[in-house]
Amino acid sequence: MDIFLKISDEPLDVLFCIGLVTQPACGGIDVFIGTVRDATKGKHVLRLEFEAYEAMAIREMRRIAETAFEKWPVQALAIHHRTGVLHPGDIAVIIAVSAAHRDAAFDACRFAIDTLKQTVPIWKKEVFEDGEVWVAAHP
Amino acid sequence: MKIQIRTFGIAREICGGASIQVEMPEHATAGELKQHLTEQFPRLAALASFLVAVNEEFADTDTRIQAGDEVAIIPPVSGG
Repeated sequence: MDIFLKISDEPLDVLFCIGLVTQPACGGIDVFIGTVRDATKGKHVLRLEFEAYEAMAIREMRRIAETAFEKWPVQALAIHHRTGVLHPGDIAVIIAVSAAHRDAAFDACRFAIDTLKQTVPIWKKEVFEDGEVWVAAHP
Repeated sequence: MKIQIRTFGIAREICGGASIQVEMPEHATAGELKQHLTEQFPRLAALASFLVAVNEEFADTDTRIQAGDEVAIIPPVSGG
């Protein structure tokens, strides 16, 4: 059970994450890459500003990885997340999961990104031409 | 007891700083702290939700807070 977690204000590296989870016993690697979209509800997005409660975010990410290992026969799991200022097209998050067979890799990868969005203390502010909003802050 | 509280995201803007200090009775619970914070910063009540973390773990309403604990306000998360 190999877990690789990182929160960084430097650009993320997809090939590096794939390399982290590549193992002789794995027959498949599933990768989710979350990128910055250039519009929200038709409004042009200039940039996103991410911040994290880093120590707690790493703890929650580890919890997600450990749960994934309990639920599916996966070999290795990497979660790398950005902080700081990102522009459309930039990579905000990478999740890479390896497993002997593809079903476990797909399922664990989807579980990891879905749960990350619900539980990991990371926040993003969308900045538009005419204002800014913390995503999901208000009902 | 004085509790130092870290704030993030919109909570940092509402509370006016990355760290605030509040005075609470000894052995106060996370629920009581939330109540206190909502009274002091009414805009917190307008959020979709907000949670309190104690020592880097999400706290239940009845989680007790000790002097020296690391306490944080967790507004709705939006990573990914």
